[in-house]
Amino acid sequence: MPDPSFVFAQSLSGLTAAMFLFLIASGLSLIFGVLRVLNFAHGTFYMLGAYCAYQIVQWLGQEGGMFWVAALGAACAIALLGGIVERFLFRFLYGKEELYQLLFTYSLVLILGDVAKIIWGTQQKSVGRPPGLTGSFSLFGATIPHYNLFILLLGPAIALGFWFVLQRTRMGRFIRAAALDRETLGALGVNVSALYTGVFVLASFLGGLGGALITPMRAVVPGMDTDVIVDAFVVVVIGGLGSFWGTFLGALIYGQVLSFGILFFPRFSIFAIFALMATVLVIRPWGLLGKPLK
Amino acid sequence: MRRIPWGLLILVAAFCVPALGSRFYTFLANDVVIWALFATSLNLLVGYTGLVSFGHAAYFGIGAYTTGILMKKLGLSFLVAFPAAGLVAGLFAVFFGFFCVRLTRIYFAMLTLAFAQIVWAICFKWNEVTGGEQGMPEIPYPSFDWVEKASGWLPFLGGYRTSDYFYFLCIILVAVALWVLRRIVGSPFGRMLTTIRENPERAEFIGVNVRRYELAAFVLAGAFAGLAGGLFGIFNRGVFPDFAYWTKSSEVLIMTLLGGMGTFVGPSVGAVVLILLNQQIVSYTQYWPLVLGSILVLLLFVFPGGLAGAVQDLWRWTQRRRARA
Repeated sequence: MPDPSFVFAQSLSGLTAAMFLFLIASGLSLIFGVLRVLNFAHGTFYMLGAYCAYQIVQWLGQEGGMFWVAALGAACAIALLGGIVERFLFRFLYGKEELYQLLFTYSLVLILGDVAKIIWGTQQKSVGRPPGLTGSFSLFGATIPHYNLFILLLGPAIALGFWFVLQRTRMGRFIRAAALDRETLGALGVNVSALYTGVFVLASFLGGLGGALITPMRAVVPGMDTDVIVDAFVVVVIGGLGSFWGTFLGALIYGQVLSFGILFFPRFSIFAIFALMATVLVIRPWGLLGKPLK
Repeated sequence: MRRIPWGLLILVAAFCVPALGSRFYTFLANDVVIWALFATSLNLLVGYTGLVSFGHAAYFGIGAYTTGILMKKLGLSFLVAFPAAGLVAGLFAVFFGFFCVRLTRIYFAMLTLAFAQIVWAICFKWNEVTGGEQGMPEIPYPSFDWVEKASGWLPFLGGYRTSDYFYFLCIILVAVALWVLRRIVGSPFGRMLTTIRENPERAEFIGVNVRRYELAAFVLAGAFAGLAGGLFGIFNRGVFPDFAYWTKSSEVLIMTLLGGMGTFVGPSVGAVVLILLNQQIVSYTQYWPLVLGSILVLLLFVFPGGLAGAVQDLWRWTQRRRARA
């Protein structure tokens, strides 16, 4: 039996990973819930968010609150990019078959991935932890960096904020209505196409923010986009495509399975995750907390 | 007017490549031939049955590993290892497909992706059997001694490199496989798959067991992808976990779409165009994905029927013009 403090540390690291996955997967799930499209390019938005944050830190330095400016700036830049992609390209594929939509988002993965390589090269980039969160403290024998603690608090805060927007605001009500019945919502006088753009912008913002916030913990490298998108797919499939709390639950499960999988059977932890995804799809295709599609 | 036997002409032309071109062109032609089979096998699923698989690379990878393990580790002959690739990939397709065909549309795509990632994860980590991350380099070529012996009393056979002999073998095997696939597509079974693509409810209504037909298509597609993988492992002189990674699945989907999913030859055309284009472009720039992505966007917005679809449209258009005149 491993040392309890080690188990605790492992479970915390799983939780931290889960919070990042939640940030990314919630955008993916939102786009699927409303637009009924699986957006492969969401992982690329995450990667570009990380690169943008790195770039802004290069320009402004790390002093004062500049890291936070960089993180928000990067998220806004990615939100803008998402809006442009939706408005000028994606919009024309809504009526088409799923295959075309999937492949279009995949073409974005190819194009934007290479654009990032052209701008930032293939060397890995890293960003230091923001001042004030560089230390760490010790709890039950496990060392926890302050930055990880910050992420652990930020994740649920964003989840609650997001939930509040969806449940309690006018925009959120429109989004939920659009997920149920687009035509009726349009007939009631809501500008559905602007709403779709809004959803895409919001989702891209979350993806970009996830990428920007991960920079102090992980190096920014080309290829992080195709790896993360598969993880995000696993999360939304486990929780339920289009389900908000399902995504949160999915991220938590994923984080724990990964960190304990590495602990107990290191070689087969990735296998365990995809096996979990396949099992959920076989037993409850709509996920743990999702609802079956009509 | 008799129809021109295009298939036969292309086959003969393919046989001439090593004699005319350099070693490099033989290499390219061999690549094209194998990918043509892989893409056509996917088309049976996506184009003819209307099932969008995002994990077709799994069967390609399984086939490649089967042949690789049998030939390299167990030292078995190609005559055993090649059919085994199709058989093992087909068996996996039976197991995975059994669950996949119960789902529809996006869930089907996700489950095929999940299974493919499982295959990839196993290949990536099971060092003892698959070589893990490093893959399995140096898969031996099949033995061509008998050809050397036969070349004593048969003309035109001697004097080629082993890679050329392997190329000839690939052409023959792929031609046979494509012929079989063509027969499948044209058979009542194949017509029923198209019916299912067009209207599954109606097919069910007239008493067709839709799931069973879909499963049969899934297994056939998987088995043929396995055969393609078996050839590719030898051609590539090694088998690596990427063969089953999800980006490989999307590559072959792009190839199928580029050529045109509505036609039998479409995916092969896609294989020819994409591989030649790749070879041209990588000599100018390292940013091949950028070019590929741009081609894909153009294709999706301007030529959704792919190249074969565009040519077909053009042909019909000229026919109509002529009929009117």
